[in-house]
Amino acid sequence: MTVQRPEPVQVIKQRRDAALRGLLSGVPYIAYLGIQFDRRGDELTAILPFDEKLIGNPALPALHGGVTAAFLEVAAIIELAWGGLWEEMEAGRIDPTADMAPVRLPKTIDFTVDYLRSGLPRDAYARARINRSGRRYASVHVEAWQDNRARLFAQGTGHFLIPQPPDGTPEKGLPSA
Amino acid sequence: MTDIIQIARQFIEAIPHARALGMEFESLGDGKAVISMPYDPRFVGDPATGVLHGGAVSALMDTASGAAVMCHPTAPVSTATLDLRIDYFRAATPGQAITARAECYHVTRSVAFVRVTASDDDDARPVAAATGAFTLDRPKGGNAR
Repeated sequence: MTVQRPEPVQVIKQRRDAALRGLLSGVPYIAYLGIQFDRRGDELTAILPFDEKLIGNPALPALHGGVTAAFLEVAAIIELAWGGLWEEMEAGRIDPTADMAPVRLPKTIDFTVDYLRSGLPRDAYARARINRSGRRYASVHVEAWQDNRARLFAQGTGHFLIPQPPDGTPEKGLPSA
Repeated sequence: MTDIIQIARQFIEAIPHARALGMEFESLGDGKAVISMPYDPRFVGDPATGVLHGGAVSALMDTASGAAVMCHPTAPVSTATLDLRIDYFRAATPGQAITARAECYHVTRSVAFVRVTASDDDDARPVAAATGAFTLDRPKGGNAR
């Protein structure tokens, strides 16, 4: 009986990082805002490095409310798409280091942002949690903080439409029930 | 009227993110604000279709809402978003500017309520709408309604 040796850790990391890059690289607006993602295993943290162009109130100064909304929405959409992509990749059905077909992103139905305190002129972080992901709809909650993880400056909840392939079965690369 | 547009322009000029997105006032006054944002490939959310990212539309609607509060007859000295709920109706047509029309339709002593819609060239079918609650800082000595 032969036992297959596990893949070297660099090979696994390379594949997972390629999948994440493939997911993000196609979206101009994510690059425009400068949003990055930190990956630890399958856990993602969105990072918004501070930039002068993100300011909405120069007197305080504070981040623009629209920037905060966009940051939370991006974190939610990427978390949702990443969940499905991860499953496909770990099951060996896709190889992100080869040519990866562009992932069809979920569409936002609605998004509610709760502004808890003003966004300071510093880096911001966000993590999203998928509360429900069915065949067609998903509900995602996002928390965002700056200096202290426990002191959120904003949170959001959104509903999303999962892209459907032409034949009506759940899209590959996106979460299913 | 030209005065208020001038002031409005300075208001936008002073907001780095509004300037970054190329926002421009169309009209302003009496608790209503209309602001447009040109189409820009940098703000695209779906490269396959060239459709703008919802976040850029949210930023425009949030700015228009804040401006609507600031030009309310109670003459607030400052405002900040408490919450904003955005509904997305359809993809914005690539290449077309987006116009947000915001109305501050009710104020209390310390809170302003706003509704706003966003449209592309087809005014009859908005791309998104939002409702929000904003903080309202009244001038010192001002009377509550």
